[in-house]
Amino acid sequence: MKRKLHPATARLGIIAIALFVWEVAARRFGDPLFMSPPSRVLVAIFQLAHEKEILAAVALTCWELLVAFALSVIMGLVLGLIVGLNRFTRGSMYPVILLLYATPQAMILPLFVLTFGIGTASKIAFGVSHGIFPVMLTVAAGVQNIPPILLTSARSMGANRRQILASVIFPHMIPSFFTGLRLGMTAVLFGVLLAELYVSQSGIGHFTTEFTQTFQPQNLFALVAVLAAIAVTLNELCRWAESRFSRWHA
Amino acid sequence: MNSSRLAQRLVQLGFLGAVVLAWYLTTMQGHINPLLLPPLGSVYREFVSLLETGQFWPDLRTTLYELAIAFLLAAGAGTLIGYTVSRSGYAIKVFDPLFAGLYAIPTILLFPLYVLFFGIGPASKIAMGATIAFFPVVLHTTSGLSYVKEAYVTAARSMGASPRQMFWNVMLPAAFPVLLTGLRMGLILAFLSILGTETIASFSGLGHQIVELGENMDTAKMFAYIVFVICIAFLLNAAVSFAEARGQRDLA
Repeated sequence: MKRKLHPATARLGIIAIALFVWEVAARRFGDPLFMSPPSRVLVAIFQLAHEKEILAAVALTCWELLVAFALSVIMGLVLGLIVGLNRFTRGSMYPVILLLYATPQAMILPLFVLTFGIGTASKIAFGVSHGIFPVMLTVAAGVQNIPPILLTSARSMGANRRQILASVIFPHMIPSFFTGLRLGMTAVLFGVLLAELYVSQSGIGHFTTEFTQTFQPQNLFALVAVLAAIAVTLNELCRWAESRFSRWHA
Repeated sequence: MNSSRLAQRLVQLGFLGAVVLAWYLTTMQGHINPLLLPPLGSVYREFVSLLETGQFWPDLRTTLYELAIAFLLAAGAGTLIGYTVSRSGYAIKVFDPLFAGLYAIPTILLFPLYVLFFGIGPASKIAMGATIAFFPVVLHTTSGLSYVKEAYVTAARSMGASPRQMFWNVMLPAAFPVLLTGLRMGLILAFLSILGTETIASFSGLGHQIVELGENMDTAKMFAYIVFVICIAFLLNAAVSFAEARGQRDLA
């Protein structure tokens, strides 16, 4: 191989080969009750797109994700600033937040259901409980890593507290803030979908369980593929925003 | 400095105290349904009896066993593949976005399928935990090894380091902090997903125990188990921090 392919082309090639191997393996050796080749999954996606219940379930999950993400970002930003901007609160509360972050929320899932019911609220609350910590931690860390020289020079040029916040601290915080958004997005996805799987009365979780128990792997894969596409899109959006808004950051 | 550290500890203790006090006061007066938040005293009694009778052992053993296997699988495969990819800049460009993209996919949705493949026993939780923990490990291994400062590598090469010396004495120590971050994230994610999947579908393990107690409305005991799992998570975290500090000192 003299001339190397463009990395993106090579990547597509690898994905294509993986899909091909999956297709052949699933057709030859796979038990159709458990495994489904990608071609059938693709057909299933278009079939599912006509079913109102499934569309409603996907829309509901997207709504839960959106609300949970928005709440995580707003609350995480405010709390992160409160904790990060003051030396004393940082020293005292940062370890507490780290400890809470490391505590697995999954085991208090039944409590969320007891408190918020089995509807949308418990899924949103559970998603927020996962998403808020990465945002809070990266915001707190972002405002605390500001080189003192920037603050000193801004102050010596006569900037007041509001100007320092707006022109020094916020711009400096942006790259880590977007990293926090991305991590928060992944965490919210995990939280909301875990809650969906646990309380499978309606929504995506209901259908994944049903498709598994009635041995329709093509529909299960189709549903997962759609959600995966949504997740990857959201992730890429965050990555794009990250590079777009931190471009000035040499 | 010392007195401000003391004040910070006091605030932390005060925070904990306020939570406990609020819990005690709200449950004492009977303002809250004991099914939602049981009185502090009964949770304490359940917790003590839990420790005394040692009835947590079977579930703890299952969960830790699943965690250990899942983490070893993820760490082994992740570092090996990450190391292989980091050998060539071209491979990094090809595989790094691929892994990052896969990492963004909520694998947890595949769990019903994992149960079909691996059964409802520990195997499906191990597989799920290993899958989820694999990605942070491989991503951090690749980025840690590929961003070692050029100067170190050139210096070592000009001093005639063999490939093996290069790896053990230059690459590994330089990339070590990043590698550890990946392993740490992997361990936490594996623990999280194992507990989570145990709550969804399982016959044993701490997550299953908590859900079962919750569904039987035995909330005092459920809270005792939750406190117990928080202690385990805390110990696990402390052990990782200890290993991290230890490893960094040994390599330095």
